[in-house]
Amino acid sequence: MNRTRPITGELLALKNEIEGYAIEYGLDFFPQIFEVCDYDTINILAAQGGFPSRYPHWRFGMDYDQLSKGYAYGLQKIYEMVINTDPCYAYLLQANNWVDQKLVMAHVYGHNDFFKNNAWFSGTNRKMMDVMANHGTKIRRYMERYGQDAVETFVDRVLSLENLLDVNELFETPELRRRRRDSDDKIKEGDEGEFLVDDRSQALKAFMRTKSRAEKKDKVKEEDVAHHDSPEKPLLRPTRDILGFLMEHAPCEEWQSDIIACLREEAYYFLPQRITKIMNEGWASYWHSKIMTERALTSAEIIEFADKHAGVMQMGRQNINPYKVGIELYRDIEYRWNTGRFGKEYNECTDMKEKAAWDHNVGLGKAKIFELRKSHNDISFIDEFLTPDFCERQQLFTHKFNPRTGRNEIDTRDFNAIKQKLLMQLTNFGQPVIQVEDGNYKNRRELLLRHNHQGVDLDVNYAHETLKNLYGIWRRPVNLATAFEEKEVVFHFDGKEMKAIH
Amino acid sequence: MDHPIKRDHARFRKIIKGKIRDNLRRYVSQGQQIIPKGTDKFTVPMPSIDIPRFKFGDKQQGGTGQGQGEPGDPTQGQPDPNGQPGQGEAGEGEGQKELDVELSLEELARILGEELALPNIEPKGRKSLQSTTDKYTNIGTSGPDSLRHLRRTYKQALKRQISSDSYDPNNPTVVPIRRDFRYKSSQPKVELKNAAVVIYMMDVSGSMGDEQKEIVRTESFWINLWLKSQYKDIEIRYIIHDATAKEVDEQTFFRTRESGGTLISSAFNLCKSIIDADYPPSDWNIYPFHFSDGDNWSADDTKLCLDLLDNHILPASNQFCYGQVESRYGSGQFLKDLTARYGQGHDKITLSKIKNKEGILDSIKEFLGKGK
Repeated sequence: MNRTRPITGELLALKNEIEGYAIEYGLDFFPQIFEVCDYDTINILAAQGGFPSRYPHWRFGMDYDQLSKGYAYGLQKIYEMVINTDPCYAYLLQANNWVDQKLVMAHVYGHNDFFKNNAWFSGTNRKMMDVMANHGTKIRRYMERYGQDAVETFVDRVLSLENLLDVNELFETPELRRRRRDSDDKIKEGDEGEFLVDDRSQALKAFMRTKSRAEKKDKVKEEDVAHHDSPEKPLLRPTRDILGFLMEHAPCEEWQSDIIACLREEAYYFLPQRITKIMNEGWASYWHSKIMTERALTSAEIIEFADKHAGVMQMGRQNINPYKVGIELYRDIEYRWNTGRFGKEYNECTDMKEKAAWDHNVGLGKAKIFELRKSHNDISFIDEFLTPDFCERQQLFTHKFNPRTGRNEIDTRDFNAIKQKLLMQLTNFGQPVIQVEDGNYKNRRELLLRHNHQGVDLDVNYAHETLKNLYGIWRRPVNLATAFEEKEVVFHFDGKEMKAIH
Repeated sequence: MDHPIKRDHARFRKIIKGKIRDNLRRYVSQGQQIIPKGTDKFTVPMPSIDIPRFKFGDKQQGGTGQGQGEPGDPTQGQPDPNGQPGQGEAGEGEGQKELDVELSLEELARILGEELALPNIEPKGRKSLQSTTDKYTNIGTSGPDSLRHLRRTYKQALKRQISSDSYDPNNPTVVPIRRDFRYKSSQPKVELKNAAVVIYMMDVSGSMGDEQKEIVRTESFWINLWLKSQYKDIEIRYIIHDATAKEVDEQTFFRTRESGGTLISSAFNLCKSIIDADYPPSDWNIYPFHFSDGDNWSADDTKLCLDLLDNHILPASNQFCYGQVESRYGSGQFLKDLTARYGQGHDKITLSKIKNKEGILDSIKEFLGKGK
């Protein structure tokens, strides 16, 4: 099905031109492939997270529905999709005008460089297009064998827990895992083929693991095959990698473990993008702006570019716009390191006049931003580089809900409050911190999750529905310890009713 | 072949249709929620279907933003004076809270039919309604460019070139000229269909309040929907009555409120004359509906009503439906009289008592459950 096609002619020439600028500026990227497609195709790609082939699921259909309507009503338009693969694929909308295409291409080279160089992306599978397609094939096959409804229900349940990830898993290697396991428990599981260091997909490895485990299970013929792991091998350290935990310990059929493994792999693939939103979009915007204004634009195109660029950079009052905050922060850092406005000497300078005119002309700006784009994520980026000056210039504020007026209102423009709020929003990519604490709670094989409450309650209705889905996987009562309205509470679901135990 | 996402989309549509079916009672008892869009489309607002996740409650969280304003200024609602107009903000939007689902008349009717297990209607009589539609089945030598038939045009050009010996098989170039152009052209086609008419009669005397009328309006919306899905074209006539009856349009039907007494026979009489004048029973499927709170002026008039039903309306109709809407003032006597005369199991007459909005769906099932 050829819904996208490689660029040719003028666009190809434009690509070569822009790529030349990118190289000239020192960007370091994967081979870049551009393809063009119509708006319907770009809506499909966007609904599927950028990938042309995914497993069947109604949620993609829902997103597609919304995107198509948004486009038809003129509410939104997607100019481009770029995905983190090697070579790096990006899709351009055929109907974009010339300036748009230029802008988008320049923007894409920024993303591409970021994907390749940022450390948080180092563990991502760059052949993800194939992996996604394979997951699709597998899940489709499971649907043929076990029925669409059964498989879809299970996928729904797993997706319900998809946000319960451990960022540290991004740096997990089989080697590390093995070492920790050796030190953790003396009970060896025997040869599981896990010592192979290879580039097989995680899902495949997990699948092999469940297979070998299943074989062993047959041999041993345990009395209670369900939950076989939990009792004799208590959970040594609590884990936030809840999908990983369920994959290993939930009483699942082989196909079910495999589905958990597939969805977990996909979730971890997307995780680096969730924790570098500001940095990644800021970096791409910084470069499209630089390439366009210093190289690629003709004078006739300036107004059009400025118009588009301003639209993308629009400040958000309800949420910060990562494009805007990101690009401004990079520019601020570049300026500070060019002028030497950093370090002990500058910080301790008390002469306001001298400080305002500070320019030691050290010219470290470019090197600094190239360096920091390698190692930081959004949290460390904000934590290290946000300054009171910057907050004031960028008109940042915090807001909160005022129950008296029933609306969100600006709370304060205090630097520390803004920084704290931003960091809090970015902590754990904006998701509640929840970990598995006990797989044999009350010695009854119940599952206990603990929410590390940091001042904001969970949405109770959603929490209840999620627990029900978790129960569908664990098949024994599930518990969630959290705080609600300033009281400790354990939500308990036993398959029939939800109880709140104080 | 379509992209596989079309299957995901179909699956999604199936799920939301299921949700609408599950919540049909709610939609029906709150009649205004379904918004007609054009003649055969409807927009059904429904809460967004979401995959549940552990997430933060909305209101406590607060957030950070950018822009002008003093502490205490709202972050939404008031446009930022320096804000950029028009251009969409980049980045992903927050999850939408509400879905507007578009359903066609057929889809919505099917949901109603499945939920209430309604049988399809067996139309009586022959197909007599003539409607002409234009079908593009002809080829003509003139027409607009948009209707040009490429293959026929080239065929014609080829023929011409061969006959004029200007065609060279070694260099098979065919160039149509003006005279070769062929166009798709239409031909009127007569289709025969089953014809149906719904005649709504409603008591608008003082005892029928707004709530009662709202019930009638909701009920008629769903009945029309079902009948429209069963017959291609239906006609709908409206009669209001107190002590006298008159034919009105749809707007007036639901708005009028009179204060006079009630003579149901006046409506039945008018109904009879409408049928006599416009709808010969041999050609038409006729559905008279009468809604009242059950008050009638006198036992004599009730007798007159029964006569009219027996001798004129019932023989002509597929089904006569009487819906009695409970009101504080109505005695509900008329339903008792009808029940005494015809019993519950009568072939052509359906009686239904509608207690309140929640009773609408059951009443619809009673009316349409016979499949006539």
